[in-house]
Amino acid sequence: MSAPATIDLEDLGLESGGHLLVQRGLRDLPVGGRLSVRGQDPALRTHLGAWCRSQGHGIDLTGVTPVVVKGSASSARWHRAERAGRPDVNGVVPRADVRWGLAPRGALVEEGGPPLNVDLIDQDVVWADAARQLYVNGAARQWNPDTAIAWDAEFELPEEIETAVVQVMTYLIENEYAALQIPAKFIGRLHPHYREVMQVLSVQVADEARHVEVFTRRALLRSSELGVSGAGGRASLQTLLDEPDFSLAAFLLSVLGEGSFLDLLSFIARHAPDPVTREVASLAQRDERRHVAFGMAHLKYAVEADRSMLGRMRMAAERRHDALASTAGLNQDVFDSLIVLAAHSWSPAAITDGWSAVQQLQYDMDQGRQRRLAQLGFPADEATELSALHTRNFM
Amino acid sequence: MTILMGAVAYDAKVVTIWDGFRRYFTERGLDFDYLLYSHYERQAEDLVGGRIDAAWNSPLAWIRARRLADAAGIKLEALVMRDTDRDLRSLVVTKVGSGIENLSQLDGRTIAVGAVDSPQANLLPVSLLRKNGLIPGENLTVRRFDVGVGLHGDHIGGERDAARALMAGAVDAACMIDANHLLFSREGVLPAGSTTVIGETDPFDHCNMTIGPSADPAEVSRFRELLLAMSYDDATLRPLLDLEGLKLWCPGRTSGYQALETAVDEIGFYGSGGDVRASDYRP
Repeated sequence: MSAPATIDLEDLGLESGGHLLVQRGLRDLPVGGRLSVRGQDPALRTHLGAWCRSQGHGIDLTGVTPVVVKGSASSARWHRAERAGRPDVNGVVPRADVRWGLAPRGALVEEGGPPLNVDLIDQDVVWADAARQLYVNGAARQWNPDTAIAWDAEFELPEEIETAVVQVMTYLIENEYAALQIPAKFIGRLHPHYREVMQVLSVQVADEARHVEVFTRRALLRSSELGVSGAGGRASLQTLLDEPDFSLAAFLLSVLGEGSFLDLLSFIARHAPDPVTREVASLAQRDERRHVAFGMAHLKYAVEADRSMLGRMRMAAERRHDALASTAGLNQDVFDSLIVLAAHSWSPAAITDGWSAVQQLQYDMDQGRQRRLAQLGFPADEATELSALHTRNFM
Repeated sequence: MTILMGAVAYDAKVVTIWDGFRRYFTERGLDFDYLLYSHYERQAEDLVGGRIDAAWNSPLAWIRARRLADAAGIKLEALVMRDTDRDLRSLVVTKVGSGIENLSQLDGRTIAVGAVDSPQANLLPVSLLRKNGLIPGENLTVRRFDVGVGLHGDHIGGERDAARALMAGAVDAACMIDANHLLFSREGVLPAGSTTVIGETDPFDHCNMTIGPSADPAEVSRFRELLLAMSYDDATLRPLLDLEGLKLWCPGRTSGYQALETAVDEIGFYGSGGDVRASDYRP
C-alpha cells in the first residue's frame, strides 16, 4: 500500500469547518484511497470517526494519525448527473428536460428530485433570438410611476372633457389587465431553461403593472369614479386570455393587439388635452414597443422553424373574429370619448377634428397591422384581409 | 406470503422511509408491509410472539427480543444493519476550564444523561463510569433528561437537553454519542472549543433488522438480498437512504452488543428472560 496523502488541519476542528479540508483532500483520491488527517484539535479523532460514518467513508484509527478511507457515496450522488445545457445563449437546447426542475441552465443536475410541472419545453415554441437584448433594454428602461410623471402639473379641463379622459383610462386599465395576465400565465408554464424569455415576460408583467398604476392614477386625478366597462370589450379580451398556445397568444396579443395599441397610445399622447395624460400615454407606449418587438421576434423565429405557423396564425385570427362576431366590439362610449378627447371642446368644428383624428387612428392601426403581418411573411392581400378581421376593441 | 415488519414511529419521516422502501420491495416482487409501533417494547414482544416477521430494532430492543426469544427457545437473526450502525462511541464531556479532565475527577459530581432507555446517552456511558468506580447514587449524581421514553434514545431531545444543562452550569458533565457531540458543536449548543471529551466508550453497534420465528426463510432471503442491493447510486432510493441515515446496508452482526448487555445487567434494566425490570421505565 502506498503512503496515504496527508493533510494538516492544525488546530481547526471538524465542528468549525475542518470537514471542508478533509473533503478537499479526498476529492481527487479514488474510492478506497487513504487520507491521513493530522491536527491538534483534541476531539479530532472522535469527530473524524463520526463524520466518516455519516459520509460513508471508512476510518483507520490504528495509528497515531487517523486515516480516512474514501467511500463511494460522496461521488455516487453525481454518477448520473448531467449538465442542463450550457449557461450562455448558445447552450440552449431544443427541448428542455423537466427533470432539470429549477436548476439554472448550465448547472450540473443531480438525478432525482421532482420533475417541473411545465409544458412549454420546446425552444421552437417560445424562443426569440432578440429576447436577451429586449430584456436588457427593458430592465434598463424601467421608470418610477411616482416621479416619472409630473402629477402636480397645472391644467384646467371642462368637466365633460375630463370625463372622456377618465373613460379612455378605464378602457386602457382593462386592456392592461389582459396584457399583464397573459404573460404571467405563460411564465408559470415556461421551462426556465429559456431564461431570457422568462425574463422578457417578467419585465412585460412589471411594465403592465406600472401602466395599470399610472392609468388608474390619471383617471382618479380629478374624478372619484371610473368610467364604464362594456361587455363587448371584455368578451374581446377574454378570447385573448383563452388562447392556450404561446405563439398564437403572442400573435393575437403582442403583434395585433399591442401593435394596434402603439398607434392608440401615440394618438392619446398627441391629442391629450392635458400634460399628465400625455405623459402616461407616452411612457406606456415606450414599453409597449418592446412587447411588440418580442412578439415579432418570436413569431419570425417560429415561422422560420415551421412555415405552417403562418396558417395557424391565420386560423387563430379568424377564430377570434368568429368568436367576436356577435359582440359589440369596442364600447361606443370609448369610441366617443376618443373623439371628445381629441376634440378638446364641444364645438362642431372641434368634434369634426376629433372625428377625423379617430378615423386617421383606425387607418394607422390597420396600416401598422398590415406592415407587421407582411414582416412575418404574409402576402400583402392576406395581410390586408387579416388586419381587417382584427377586433373592433383594438387590443 | 407477506413479510410484515415492525418499525417504531419516532418521527413522521418513518412513514416516508418505509413507504418508499415498500414500493422498492413490491416492485421487485417481494410482498412487504410494515406496522408502526409507538415504542420498542411491544414491537420486541410481537416479534418474538410471531405477530410480526421482522423488526427494525434499536440495540436495546435487540437485547430484549433476544432475551425473550432465548427464554422461549427461539432463535432470532440480526439480518442486516446500516453502515452507520457500526462502531459508534459514546462520550463523557465536560466544559473547558471546569478543572475536570478525567473520569476519576467526576467523583462526587453530577452528570447529565439522556432518556432512561437511551443506550448511547445513558446505559453505555453510565456503564463506562461504573467501570471507572463512579456509582450512581453513591459517589455520582445522575440527572436524567427523559425525552421520548420508549424510543430507546432515537429522539435526540434528551441528549440535547443534557448538553444544554452542561453549558448552563447545571451539571459537571454530559453524556452523548460522538455524532451528536459533533452536531451540537456545529449547532452552537456546545460552542466550538468549549468542551472536552474526558471519556469514550469502546465502539459498539446500533440498530439491526431482526428476523423473528414467523418469517418464511425464502422470503427472508429475498428481503436480505434486496436490502443489500439498495444502492446510493439510485436517485429514487437516495433520498430515502439519506432520511434513514445510511449509505448502504451491511450484513448484520451481533458482536457489537456485548457492552450494552453488560450495561443492562448492571442496573437490571431487563431480566435475563427479557422481562422489563427497570422500575422507573414507563414507555
